[in-house]
Amino acid sequence: MKKRRRDLKEAAIRAFFLTCGVLAVLVLVGIFLTLVTTAVPAFREIRPSEFLLSKAWDPTSPEKAEYGILSMVVSTLMVTGGALLLAVPIGIAVAAYLSDVAHWRVREVLKPVVEILAAVPSVVVGFLGIVLIGPVLAKIFHTGNGLNAANGSILLAIMALPTIISISEDSLNAVPTAYNEASLALGASRWQTLLRVKLPAGLSGIIAATMLGMGRAIGETMTVLMVTGNARAFPHGFLDSVRTMTSGIAIELGEVPYYTTHYYALFAIGLVLFVITFAVNLVADVVLRKYQEREQ
Amino acid sequence: MKKIAIIALAALALFGSILPAAPARKMIQVKGSDTMVNLVQILAEEYMGKTPGAAIAVLGGGSGTGITGLINQTCDIANSSREWKPKEIDQAWEKGVSPRFFVVAVDGLSVVVNEKNPLEQLTVAQVGALYRGDVKNWKAVGGSDKAVSLYGRQSNSGTYVFMQEFVLGNKNYSADMKEMNGNAQIIEGLLQDEGAVGYVGVGYLYDQNGGIRKGLKILNISKEPNGTGYLPTDKAAVDSGAYPISRPLYMATNGKPKSDVAQFLAWIVGPEGQSIVEREGFFTVGEGKYKAANDKNFK
Repeated sequence: MKKRRRDLKEAAIRAFFLTCGVLAVLVLVGIFLTLVTTAVPAFREIRPSEFLLSKAWDPTSPEKAEYGILSMVVSTLMVTGGALLLAVPIGIAVAAYLSDVAHWRVREVLKPVVEILAAVPSVVVGFLGIVLIGPVLAKIFHTGNGLNAANGSILLAIMALPTIISISEDSLNAVPTAYNEASLALGASRWQTLLRVKLPAGLSGIIAATMLGMGRAIGETMTVLMVTGNARAFPHGFLDSVRTMTSGIAIELGEVPYYTTHYYALFAIGLVLFVITFAVNLVADVVLRKYQEREQ
Repeated sequence: MKKIAIIALAALALFGSILPAAPARKMIQVKGSDTMVNLVQILAEEYMGKTPGAAIAVLGGGSGTGITGLINQTCDIANSSREWKPKEIDQAWEKGVSPRFFVVAVDGLSVVVNEKNPLEQLTVAQVGALYRGDVKNWKAVGGSDKAVSLYGRQSNSGTYVFMQEFVLGNKNYSADMKEMNGNAQIIEGLLQDEGAVGYVGVGYLYDQNGGIRKGLKILNISKEPNGTGYLPTDKAAVDSGAYPISRPLYMATNGKPKSDVAQFLAWIVGPEGQSIVEREGFFTVGEGKYKAANDKNFK
């Protein structure tokens, strides 16, 4: 009797945890299906080739409604790419400093500080962009205003840094000390050891960190919405005002008439974004797994 | 036994909560213009807070929806940000509805530049050309040799549509226009950007002390080239319609407004309602022709 009861309890607990695990998968599948079913009707009126390749987006135009997302896709890639260009070198340098150079006391302080940076709300970061980085950019480049892709890139770099630093540092620390010692014993300097032994050994972790940082940057909405100016024109440089896919959705979904082509088209943008972030995360996951396998 | 008692108790509680709500006063249904829906919602909330027993429901849907609603008698007040078309008035009469119109606020936009911009005046057509992207340098409209930097609202805003209809002549906005998240952000851009031009509700031009905010310059707008320009802050010009980028916002009722509807309307066009209208960034009705028309329609 007692044993049966315990078995029952065991089974119940097992079922509970299984449900929790399955729930996460269900939510993901649910989101994906909702996106697909809501995005597909858009293509009753929009040709997919026009949707992906046209630069003009103006669904509320009194002349002719345009549904081309190329400008937004390029803007998203530009802002994200710019952010990575800034964040990756700095991130790796900080990670290398923390794992190899810094005194342990410095590290004990610096690492939590970097991680707190990740907790700053995106609206606050965006505000920083409006009042500080924007005017500074405008002064330096004489553009009159700082509402451009460069501003967005700088802010996204700040937001992606904690992820990149934290995971890169972990991967550098995970490099077996034997590698380090062997290199030093062979007469290599600490700099040579870091550059030629530790960084290559931790490379897959660093790549994964970059990918995760990128995933964070692509999906970020509020910060970008606040500082990039949201002009719909096709961007020709980092000093142009741009509108990313996320801002486009955020701006227009609020008051779009339901069940219209415009409404469905916004979900289609969401689907494209989902596919991009999914691909980025998948690559990060594959790289990370490869790196963990090698460690074992 | 216990179960039954619980069910009975629950049922009682349910009835208790429903019953007193049923015989409440008739709710005033307001429907129409999306431009007005926020303003009227706020007016209704403040009014309900001050008037015990008042119940007002405000819905958007566009001016056309409101007008159809009043004609079919599914609402008590129709909001519209345009005049009724003659066809709509005919339809109303056919259904035995005799609409009366009240101007509750005036929607108008100021065209604002940075204070370093030497320009003083533009015509409506020139503002349209700037925002369509036809003119890309201030020199072409009589300003200094500087690139035009456009600031506007996002397409979900009523002001965006109003500008597009009234000033751009229903043509597309330039794709280079920066679409800002609100009037306040446009002001922020105008303060920094020497080539900037933006349009904002008149309520956003003032600082806490009631003066025009430092760093901004409001342009005089004229209807014709070489015509006299007017400022949107000039109440008389707005009232008389001499300031071109403005339009009255209407609330229409079926026949002479009665009891609680009349009280609500009278409160809106009264000092309390109008101070909220101004706070929300619209022009007040003023003392001119709109007030005279309103007074006539109340009788």
